[in-house]
Amino acid sequence: MAVTEAPRIVTSRLGYEDSHTLERYLATGGYEGLRKALSMSPEAVAAEVDAASLLGRGGAGFPAGRKWAMLRKAPTTYLVVNGDESEPATFKDHMLLERDPHQLVEGVVIAAYALGVSRAFIYVRGEFALGMERVQQALNDAYAHGAVGQDIFGSGFSVDVVVHPGAGAYICGEETALIESLEGKRGFPRIKPPYFPAAIGLYGEPTVVNNVETLSNLPWIILNTGAAFSALGEGRSTGTRLFALAGHVRNPGVHEIEMVKTTFRDLIYAPVLGGGILGGRELKAFIPGGVSAPWFGPEQLDLPLGQDEVGAAGSMLGSGSVVVMDESTCVVRAAWRITKFFWRESCGQCTPCREGSGWLEKILRRIEGGEGREDDIELLMDVCDNISPGVSWPPQQTTICVLGPSIPSSIASAIRMFRDDFLVHVKEGGCPHG
Amino acid sequence: MTRHLSAELLAAAKELIALYPNPRSALVPLCHLAQEQDGWLTPDAIEDIAELLDITPAEVLGTASFYDMLHTEEVGRYVIAICTNIACMLRGADDLLAHAEDHLGIRAGATTPDGMFTIEEAECLADCGRAPCVQVNHRFFGNLTPEGFDQLAADLRSGALESEVPPHGTLCRVRRSVGLEAGGH
Ligand SMILES: Cc1cc2nc3c(=O)[nH]c(=O)nc-3n(C[C@H](O)[C@H](O)[C@H](O)COP(=O)(O)O)c2cc1C
Ligand code: SF4
Ligand code: FES
Repeated sequence: MAVTEAPRIVTSRLGYEDSHTLERYLATGGYEGLRKALSMSPEAVAAEVDAASLLGRGGAGFPAGRKWAMLRKAPTTYLVVNGDESEPATFKDHMLLERDPHQLVEGVVIAAYALGVSRAFIYVRGEFALGMERVQQALNDAYAHGAVGQDIFGSGFSVDVVVHPGAGAYICGEETALIESLEGKRGFPRIKPPYFPAAIGLYGEPTVVNNVETLSNLPWIILNTGAAFSALGEGRSTGTRLFALAGHVRNPGVHEIEMVKTTFRDLIYAPVLGGGILGGRELKAFIPGGVSAPWFGPEQLDLPLGQDEVGAAGSMLGSGSVVVMDESTCVVRAAWRITKFFWRESCGQCTPCREGSGWLEKILRRIEGGEGREDDIELLMDVCDNISPGVSWPPQQTTICVLGPSIPSSIASAIRMFRDDFLVHVKEGGCPHG
Repeated sequence: MTRHLSAELLAAAKELIALYPNPRSALVPLCHLAQEQDGWLTPDAIEDIAELLDITPAEVLGTASFYDMLHTEEVGRYVIAICTNIACMLRGADDLLAHAEDHLGIRAGATTPDGMFTIEEAECLADCGRAPCVQVNHRFFGNLTPEGFDQLAADLRSGALESEVPPHGTLCRVRRSVGLEAGGH
């Protein structure tokens, strides 16, 4: 395997300093996809997206075409764009919002046309001040250009797009919490079923929620056809995907890669991608899909970057972020920091998640600080089992949302892989790495 | 009668409310506006927002308190958020935070006596390619070394970064230029 010559679908403009401006956008084929879409029927536009087999890029990987089809039976009322990106080590939507906001706006209008929606909201994570300014400016310019608003490009189709700021709460990325937040409430995930906000979404109306990267693919798909998109990648994982690479690599950053054709080894070691481990050290472990994902070790390096391939190996591509940990990493501290994050961000509605995250954080902190006890490791596994019975993959869920079971998924995998590291911490009263 | 928010912000608030099918949706955007004026969410601003949305101040406060970025207590002119989550941790964030605390003489969560700086320990700021990352009033500074931090603090103090980093509370400096056009609902 190697790095393929696949076209850059969502990062084609990033070489330009002014990639965020309308002038650059128009000079590089911008809004041509929308013009083409408006010359087609909404059904034909949706059919292209279906043919592309575009999997959602927000974390769950649900096919966008199928999500839309559930709604086309009843008319959809709202489109909501999930730009809340806060899964630790994930930073690709942030880049798209800042560097190519028109591409997102174009994707939103194409989706709105296919869904027959006349109002769309772009929920932007509150911390993204520059991203918000760029998207708002892009929208202002797109309205003036006739690409958003009334009678778009003379087609008779009209849609308003509104930027909505978040205000700092990881859980609001979960789509039902996002909707609550957009309604002006606390971001508490809603009880399922319904499993999708399709039927009862924003203000109780049928609503589609899609991720920023998912929608940013639409201009290319419409211009080049869904078949051209699905010709890239393999199996269910079609097209290219953004991978945010972080941690102990020489070139951390966001890379657009053809799915399945590339492996974790390519991503981490190829000179044009990660460039290898910092300081030439050895790899200890990596997290393949955001901190909610079970960890992998060097044995999994040759796995292809495909949703089903990674799923079958016991983890997930999730939010498209890969965290690399070299041999000097204290995995106990890493596991503790991840757990601390979940504990801080748990919305507290469900007992297993609220109490379990607190217990895990406390025990891990104690082990990390050299105050651990022999039976603490079993205790950790017990608490994991209480949050998600069986601690299996995919995890069993007894809570309202997936945040709860994500905690044991990641922590138990770290313990299973590195039990000795945990034991040494307990026996030696601290970290051998210092 | 609203009493606290300036006429300019009141007008902006009314435009925001009109963008939503239900006024309550504008709650968080209005809280950001109020912070733009005061740097934090004051009790007077909360009363104004409640009046604008036709809900009670307790409802505004109850919602606002859920969100980390809405400060119901006064903060410094510059809120320095230092990420210590996994990617930044792997690249020295813990040392950076400790250094910042030493340098400014306060612990995370506190504000310097002159009201200039507040330090916060942040969760992932989605800029992990430039770890360790810091945001000052939600403007990014990446690949920060301890020396880089000292320079940053000095530049903030001297006003050298005034145009890049507005005072705390000012989030999006680009206002929407149009109302709703498509009709619908
Ligand atoms: C705890 C939690 C946090 C999430 N955070 C995000 C997020 O920040 N951005 C995102 O797009 N999806 C996030 N998701 C997934 C969304 O619920 C939803 O599946 C997604 O936005 C749908 O868009 P897609 O189908 O285009 O991927 C999160 C899910 C959970 C359970
Ligand atoms: S699982 Fe955790 S975050 Fe999700 S709804 Fe329950 S308590 Fe809230
Ligand atoms: S972990 Fe620090 S910015 Fe992502």
